[in-house]
Amino acid sequence: MSKATDNVLSIRNLSIDYATQEGSLKALRNVDLDIPKGQIVGVVGESGCGKSTLISSIIQLMANNAKTTSGTVFFEGEDLLTMSPTKLKSLRGQRMSIVFQDPMSTLNPVLTIGKQMVDIQYRDKRSKSQKRQRSADMLAQVGIPDPASRLNQYPHEFSGGMQQRISIAMALQAQPALLIADEPTTALDATLEVQIIDMLKELQSSIGCSILFISHHLGVIAELCNQVVVMYAGEIVEQGPVSRVFKSPKHPYTQKLLECDPASIAKKTRNLPTIEGEIPNLSDLPAGCIFTSRCHKKTAQCEELKPKRHAVTQGATEKHFVTCHLESL
Amino acid sequence: MSQLLEVNNLRVQFRVKSSMASWLQKSESPFIDAVRDVSFKIKEGETFTLVGESGSGKSTLANAVVGLLPTASGSINFMGDDVTQMPDKQLMAYRKQISMMWQNPTGSLSPRMQVGDAITEPYKIHNLSDRDKQQEAKRLLNLVGLSARFQDRYPHQLSGGQARRVGVARALALNPKLIVADEPTAGLDVSVQGEILNLLNRLQDDLGVSLFVITHNLNIVRHISDRTAIMYLGRFVEEGPTDDIFVNPHHPYTLALLSANPEVTNVGALERIALKGEVPSLMHRPSGCEFHTRCPFAQELCATVAPVGIDFGFEYSATCHYPR
Ligand SMILES: Nc1ncnc2c1ncn2[C@@H]1O[C@H](COP(=O)(O)OP(=O)(O)OP(=O)(O)O)[C@@H](O)[C@H]1O
Ligand SMILES: Nc1ncnc2c1ncn2[C@@H]1O[C@H](COP(=O)(O)OP(=O)(O)OP(=O)(O)O)[C@@H](O)[C@H]1O
Ligand code: SF4
Ligand SMILES: [Mg+2]
Ligand SMILES: [Mg+2]
Repeated sequence: MSKATDNVLSIRNLSIDYATQEGSLKALRNVDLDIPKGQIVGVVGESGCGKSTLISSIIQLMANNAKTTSGTVFFEGEDLLTMSPTKLKSLRGQRMSIVFQDPMSTLNPVLTIGKQMVDIQYRDKRSKSQKRQRSADMLAQVGIPDPASRLNQYPHEFSGGMQQRISIAMALQAQPALLIADEPTTALDATLEVQIIDMLKELQSSIGCSILFISHHLGVIAELCNQVVVMYAGEIVEQGPVSRVFKSPKHPYTQKLLECDPASIAKKTRNLPTIEGEIPNLSDLPAGCIFTSRCHKKTAQCEELKPKRHAVTQGATEKHFVTCHLESL
Repeated sequence: MSQLLEVNNLRVQFRVKSSMASWLQKSESPFIDAVRDVSFKIKEGETFTLVGESGSGKSTLANAVVGLLPTASGSINFMGDDVTQMPDKQLMAYRKQISMMWQNPTGSLSPRMQVGDAITEPYKIHNLSDRDKQQEAKRLLNLVGLSARFQDRYPHQLSGGQARRVGVARALALNPKLIVADEPTAGLDVSVQGEILNLLNRLQDDLGVSLFVITHNLNIVRHISDRTAIMYLGRFVEEGPTDDIFVNPHHPYTLALLSANPEVTNVGALERIALKGEVPSLMHRPSGCEFHTRCPFAQELCATVAPVGIDFGFEYSATCHYPR
């Protein structure tokens, strides 16, 4: 069965548990998400809300104690959850590549950068020196000075931001259909961050790939992405075009999140806004809405009944969804 | 406020080639200066932030300050004693008074150590066996907004943000005088980030601890810091009161950096100053002003003559021939 072909990735009803000493921790619950061809989709949400778990499912490299309890993940028309390991392996790094939050998880500490960059081109028929040249070019493209001589160095000899740029260079070498990036600019200074954003935009339009981009930097999401997905404690609570969601957020969590952005606070303060309370225990979920315990707008029904997903804008081409009782009227 | 830390003309080097290779290539030195001629002061109860290009030597400077890297020249005075000259035993006592929060949160936690043990490890290292570890672990986790059930987790069972909070908890264990925090909020959402920063501010108000914060997040610098230094190629190019720098930056690199900050509110409204060219290599430092190869305002003079620091008063200086 082939799903809507204009989506590179189409996730339906995805739920993932982690087995822990206190029972199963429900890290993702009933997640629906589409990534249209050629679009850049951003994901934001509280630390621990399941963003990296979502990615681990898309690339099918999950923790040993993780279990998919429901759902499908269609990539270019095929379900990744039932795909053979060999096929998955050939997809990864070719049709789909990834930049992790921690660059050292992609880089091998005991091999030189040059060896690693040449090795990942093993499918390519080019000569070794051509591959080295290509690697040096990629490094130059992500702003590493002296690329040819730095190929001989080991990962620990680069700064944190340089390691991150190297892992971006390696992910781009394959020209993938989907690039997944888990906080790729966290370790970069603002000028480089802007440079990487421009580079991703350029790549996106030149090879027409889609990008799934995770970041806590709301300004970067606003600048780079077409769509944004807001997650809270394992669920998607709001999603839609970036301009619309950031300009008129509907979910109380999204509203609070945007208020907490220190960039939006003009006056200097030593007491930054936060969201009162704690994320619920994912091993013992509340009956009603997942945000109830911290919501400033909750009503009686929120405690008892799970809200459904609603379209905020009826009939508009660019859909904006929110999962909150307040919007069900 | 009295002086807590005073760094003078500090230089930190790394060997990047064998001596033989550099001898064969004649002129080339086997060393790079990751930190060159850096001087600054941190007062008691003050927050000093360091921003700058990735790879400019911020973490190297931090590591040297906490005594984890040998210095090539210069001094680091902590309450009157030079850290670079301390015998090992005194260095150990010094390290008890400063805490380091590492840039890489998951990697700096030992993979086989449970969270509760990791955050109370400083007690073990410094032979403070009289403390109730269980109780302390709970107290520290609570301080950083994690519930006690995290005690039994291993690092790989934490999200990136949770691992970072564990790092903060560990740094707080010994009630330090100075906390050196390398990217303390990277990877945290804005709400948890606010919690961590409010926590550090509160500790400062209650205990008078000084903070040396390295960050790429310009939005938080503006709120938390008293003084800021901007680093480029191992040197400070501008240093002064944070409020002044944000209102009226003088060095072109600072200007470019501040203008590059993406924000939600005024998308596209920023007048961005793009930097041309590539980041120079530490092995081949540019002549004259080391920023001239990328500076949008460079003139002829800049390529040949190195500028000296210009003092604008109020402990504010910038190193540029044509400050803005
Ligand atoms: N292997 C594991 N075993 C048990 N719990 C886990 C495991 N990995 C993650 N978790 C838990 O699952 C939840 C989701 O974690 P995940 O890493 O997906 O969050 P995240 O949204 O990526 O957070 P961050 O923004 O901090 O990186 C968290 O509560 C985390 O503690
Ligand atoms: N152990 C080492 N051996 C050789 N060179 C090193 C070593 N550690 C760091 N360097 C080099 O020293 C310079 C400064 O690195 P440092 O990690 O201090 O940068 P940084 O300012 O912290 O960068 P980032 O913002 O990316 O973390 C870089 O050019 C880096 O490649
Ligand atoms: S559903 Fe109810 S409780 Fe949940 S966020 Fe919306 S208003 Fe608040
Ligand atoms: Mg994550
Ligand atoms: Mg660093």
